[in-house]
Amino acid sequence: MQNVSTDPLRNNSPRIAGTVYDGHGSVSPPVWHGSAVNYCRLTKTYVFRNQYDNDVTTWSPQGRLHQVEYAMEAVKQGSATVGLKSKTHAVLVALKRAASDLAAHQKKVMPIDDHIGISIAGLTADARILSRYMRTECLQNRYVFDCPLPLSRLIARLGNKMQISTQRYDKRPFGVGLLVAGFDEQGPHLFQTCPSASYFDCKAMAIGARSQSARTYLEKFLDSFPGCTLEELIKHGLRALRDTLPNDVELTAKNCSIAVVGKDLDFTIYEDDEVVPYLRSIEGEERRPVPAAAPEEPRDDGQDQPPRDPEPDVAMET
Amino acid sequence: MFMQTGAVQAAGFDGQPMTSPSALPVTWSQAPVVTGGSVLGLVYDGGVMLLADILGSYGSLARFRDCRRLMKVNDGVLLGAAGDYADFQYLKAILERKIIEDRAHDDKFSMKPASVLSYLTRILYNRRSQFDPFWNTFVVAGIQDGKPFLGSVDKIGTCFQDTQVATSLGAHLAIPLLRDRVEKYPKMTEKQAREALLDAFRILLYRDCSAFPKFEIAKITAEGIEVEAPQEVSTNWNLHSAVH
Repeated sequence: MQNVSTDPLRNNSPRIAGTVYDGHGSVSPPVWHGSAVNYCRLTKTYVFRNQYDNDVTTWSPQGRLHQVEYAMEAVKQGSATVGLKSKTHAVLVALKRAASDLAAHQKKVMPIDDHIGISIAGLTADARILSRYMRTECLQNRYVFDCPLPLSRLIARLGNKMQISTQRYDKRPFGVGLLVAGFDEQGPHLFQTCPSASYFDCKAMAIGARSQSARTYLEKFLDSFPGCTLEELIKHGLRALRDTLPNDVELTAKNCSIAVVGKDLDFTIYEDDEVVPYLRSIEGEERRPVPAAAPEEPRDDGQDQPPRDPEPDVAMET
Repeated sequence: MFMQTGAVQAAGFDGQPMTSPSALPVTWSQAPVVTGGSVLGLVYDGGVMLLADILGSYGSLARFRDCRRLMKVNDGVLLGAAGDYADFQYLKAILERKIIEDRAHDDKFSMKPASVLSYLTRILYNRRSQFDPFWNTFVVAGIQDGKPFLGSVDKIGTCFQDTQVATSLGAHLAIPLLRDRVEKYPKMTEKQAREALLDAFRILLYRDCSAFPKFEIAKITAEGIEVEAPQEVSTNWNLHSAVH
């Protein structure tokens, strides 16, 4: 796709066949492409990727909402995080990134209440808004009802909040996916939320860049998770997270967070030195235990997704 | 309900009394109308028992003689209400709405007694902060985390838990009697609890001129809630002639 000068003042932008731009006195007849395109004509020249992605509320003829799907892509740009649960505990492990050598690693796991915490993949700023909302809801519930908010209800409210921005033209979806781990009177829980505002009750899940490898690992050991001790659960989580790394990168105390919650155990985050013992416990193990069964992990560039989510396939028009 | 204006007539600029209601502070619902009397609650070994008479008084007039004041909130919570009966009915509707919302979630979560007590406390405190209190004292009973739970909240939002609770005149007359029994039988059986409540209620009936011999009694245990049909307490008025 060619780039077109976006300076409308100098009326000399190169025209590309089929491109609508705002050259007054254009030799090409005005083309009516719907209101979104008309908007482009009035403002400035640019090449749009798709007729149907200018705002979040416009359906494509295939019945899809492209802006929502782009937001789902933002989750895959974020670094990976893994969650899993046993009969008594839920565990989150996350891979942290540093924006530069001069910056510290960005924290990815946030406490919500004594019994709930989240780890994120995608836009951290959006996650902060969501975590503030979740904290408010939990606190409110404690104030009014003197008890912790059940996880399923929190997630339902969060889903309702996130849905709003997928149905209003003046909003954008949240560009973040969450793994929500918690414990309530019905036991440990793990939920995944998406920018599309759908959410899933999971036994184990991984989201973020190259997370397909982690999901492959989790699927392989899924049946063993319910009976696991907390330590075994953390080890499984770390191994799954390690599988998302390129071969020359290792999990370290700096780039890895662990969080646990469970029966008689408040949500606790282990960071830096506190994760060293756990990293040591999987040290030296062979990284891909099943080279025969899964010879080539799909080495995507963030193009992988959980099976339930739609794959964006953007129609291009140039 | 009544709208009351200031009791003392204020004088206007011209020295004439201000008779227009708009010229005076307006107060709404600042007095109870139809009221229920004492609710008694007692924790025993494995459960909680509540007792309340079924009289709705209009002032000192025994106006309504079948005013049920014990309410099954859900399968695990019992509620007893004293004070203004209309306010109780209003709060009952609020609670019932909340219960339906809980059931609509269809997630097997339901309010525990501590939550009901806290919820009522927030509502009552909020209203008293607007100088328009709900004129009630509520007694909440249930099983919380496998243990009997008994708590109370009054019209200004003061909330507490105890092993014996009583409202209205019962708070003065019945509490000492119930405490004596608790001291005497630290691990009270259901039968002993029933006796203790009935004895306290009988004393209330003799002493509280707004009490009524017909009452409801209900218990909540791990097995669930049982609200018995109204019955009448036995009394002995042989000493009546000696009173004068």
